[in-house]
Amino acid sequence: MDLGLNVWRQAGPAAQGGFVRYEAKDISEHASFLEMLDIVNERLTEAGEEPIVFEHDCREGICGCCGLVINGVPHGPQHGAATCQLHMRHYKHGDEIWIEPWRAKAFPVMKDLMVDRNSFDRIMQVGGYISVRTGSVPDANAVLVQKEDADLAMDAASCIGCGACVAACPNASAMLFVSAKVSHLGLLPQGQPERRDRVLNMVAQMDEEGFGNCTNHGECEAVCPKQISTDFIAQLNRDLFGASLAATGR
Amino acid sequence: MELDPKVPSGPVQDKWSKHRFDLKLVNPANKRKYDVIVVGSGLAGASAAASLAELGYDVKCFAYQDSARRAHSIAAQGGINAAKNYQNDGDSVWRLFYDTVKGGDYRSREANVYRLAELSNNIMDQCVAQGIPFAREYGGLLANRSFGGAQVSRTFYARGQTGQQLLLGAYQALVKEVATGKVQMIHRTEMLDVVIVDGQARGIVVRDMTTGKITTHTAHAVVLATGGYSNAFFLSTNAKGCNTTAIWRAHRRGALFANPCFTQIHPTCIPPSGDYQSKLTLMSESLRNDGRIWVPQKQGETRKAGDIPESERDYYLERLYPSFGNLTPRDIASRRAKEVVDDDRGVGELKNGVFLDFRDSLQRLGRSVIEERYGNLFEMYERITGENPYEVPMRIYPAPHYTMGGLWVDYNLMSTVPGLFVIGEANFSDHGANRLGASALMQGLADGYFVIPYTIGDYLARIGPTKTDPEHPAFGDVRREVEERTKKLLSANGKRTVDSFHKELGNIVWEACGMARNHQGLEQAIERIPELREQFWKDVKVPGRGDDLNQSLEKAGRLADFMELAELMCRDALYREESCGGHFREEYVTPEGEAKRDDERFAHVAAWEFTAVGSSPTLHKEPLTFENVPLSQRSYK
Repeated sequence: MDLGLNVWRQAGPAAQGGFVRYEAKDISEHASFLEMLDIVNERLTEAGEEPIVFEHDCREGICGCCGLVINGVPHGPQHGAATCQLHMRHYKHGDEIWIEPWRAKAFPVMKDLMVDRNSFDRIMQVGGYISVRTGSVPDANAVLVQKEDADLAMDAASCIGCGACVAACPNASAMLFVSAKVSHLGLLPQGQPERRDRVLNMVAQMDEEGFGNCTNHGECEAVCPKQISTDFIAQLNRDLFGASLAATGR
Repeated sequence: MELDPKVPSGPVQDKWSKHRFDLKLVNPANKRKYDVIVVGSGLAGASAAASLAELGYDVKCFAYQDSARRAHSIAAQGGINAAKNYQNDGDSVWRLFYDTVKGGDYRSREANVYRLAELSNNIMDQCVAQGIPFAREYGGLLANRSFGGAQVSRTFYARGQTGQQLLLGAYQALVKEVATGKVQMIHRTEMLDVVIVDGQARGIVVRDMTTGKITTHTAHAVVLATGGYSNAFFLSTNAKGCNTTAIWRAHRRGALFANPCFTQIHPTCIPPSGDYQSKLTLMSESLRNDGRIWVPQKQGETRKAGDIPESERDYYLERLYPSFGNLTPRDIASRRAKEVVDDDRGVGELKNGVFLDFRDSLQRLGRSVIEERYGNLFEMYERITGENPYEVPMRIYPAPHYTMGGLWVDYNLMSTVPGLFVIGEANFSDHGANRLGASALMQGLADGYFVIPYTIGDYLARIGPTKTDPEHPAFGDVRREVEERTKKLLSANGKRTVDSFHKELGNIVWEACGMARNHQGLEQAIERIPELREQFWKDVKVPGRGDDLNQSLEKAGRLADFMELAELMCRDALYREESCGGHFREEYVTPEGEAKRDDERFAHVAAWEFTAVGSSPTLHKEPLTFENVPLSQRSYK
């Protein structure tokens, strides 16, 4: 199939970006979306032009590197899948496709379609963990965990940190990302001692990084490649409320 | 050069305890006087960086990705082994040790494997305490599943995302130390060389992939945790960025490379669909429990699967291995698939796969049972191929997946360069000629959490805390070499893209040094690769600048190193005149067509010393002795 691509090109963080149109001719329906971009890049290179920069690594939907806004939707039209899991059979000959980077104040564009998501790491650094030293731990089966809790914690923990939730949110909120980590650890007995500080610190850092707040649009859940539920945001709000009260009472 | 594996004396089960007592310690107050560089942030790198920082060392950790959480350990699906014996089914440290030595086809070092089995239990304790949401039983206890190569249920798992969860656990331990300031995490930065001062590894040269700036970093010791080299084949299940540069550059500076030809080809991957294919996707091996593997009997068959009558199908694994059938080990299943495809009996548009058919299981068990067992995998398959495996058989084909070979290390995980440690998939030590399922995660974490924190202390205590002078000429020299190489890549200004060269190289290595190898094919490859390498340096086209974010340049640098490694892989495969594990030489087979080891001549590690590009490397041997697991021939008939 032949396609028209309108790709966001931006030479660097401070440069003015804009759409550039490319013809993507003779693309197999079996190719993945990123392989289609590979083909375009090979042709650009052969023609002596700079290929389009986009982030990718595992290409099987788990590393969280890739992320393109395709025709206005983060990760494109396929539900519950990352950009790298999208294949060209979802498109037809003659389609025009618009490809943009994640857009959020806390995810500045580095070049073309690549953004800086280190704000997520900084949120994690203020409490997205359980403080346990290597070796000073009890036997693995010493603490029982209810199966329902473990399963729910796993639902939350499956977050790949891609940032599609932020890109989809009209407020560029990172609440789904933060709530997934807060809930994952908060649902487990091991996560209890630091539960209050964790939620307070992670939410404060989220604000500090310039992410917006949640106003219940639900766009994040709709584009999440791991289909993480906004129920976790409700859980986070409960935790945050409780922790804030406790902090005031201190 | 004398290869001393430094294996402690005494019975195998006491070696590690004894050794830990013999190792020198660094006083807690002195630890902050030592700087350690960790390259890579996967399971091995992140766990090492976090644990070393907890002890008090100052750690710099480098990753080429934008975050430590994205290292390719994240893609491991199945699980992690531990000898907990929670199922009361007769497991023990000794049994895990035994299974791993046997599974590796007797080409690993017994003492290392025993330590790995011993530490497997500590790993589970650690990971649970970190809050990793492992699968649980209704009573709240940890659940287990079975895996290939073992008769006990010892694999712990977190859905089909065990690697992801273990990596996030290690990543969380790491960010905790970033917050304390003990770890400086340096993202989007690629190691391009190691710096050796007075015979010791004392730093590295890196390129900031955002700005292109090339800088040097000093340390008392360097730990490489940079993963495997399956991308030498171009198409593999590895992430696109996985590369050999760190270990290859270390090899060029004097670290011996052990058993480079030991690569694992995983039997159940989705076959390529065209020449634009960029990587291969693994489908869990568990599918072989209920799927039947077959190809048409007739060569060049054109009918659809459903139109081929039962009498014209060849269920070749069931025919050749009546007792194991579709559940033969990875190496055998892979090789037999290649055989039938080479015989022009492959299936699919490109005739490059074999069928994995669930028709009979669907009839026998019903759709709901199959959906419950494999629903997510069927969905994944359909997403990629557009075919519904409930209606038509899956198509599968083997793909490069893991490399057992790597830099040679002693019992302390130190390479032949003092101060240069190598952990995880990047070293060669624990899996011999074939890795068992659910053992890669175990090794990465054992090395990072529980081995390196002890052994590096011993080294540091011996060299003392005096810092290296960053102005030492060695740093400037190596930095200039790196800059020169980068400039050379940019200025070749030829006609061919990096990927076109990588695909050609991958094809040569796959044909000559993939699932089946022979003398003639390997000799041809050893001739062809240097030609291609020369052409690459002359005719490669790398657009863009060096002082900018330039993905073509990154790929070109990595490929340049793969071009050299590929030759060594072929030389090692040619040298090893036997078949063992993943290394199958067509000349060395039993009358039934199985791998035939030659313990007389090859019960040793082949460790290669770099001489010069295009020159024969020098071979060093580490003899392997099997005092606890007697040598025997594997049989799966």
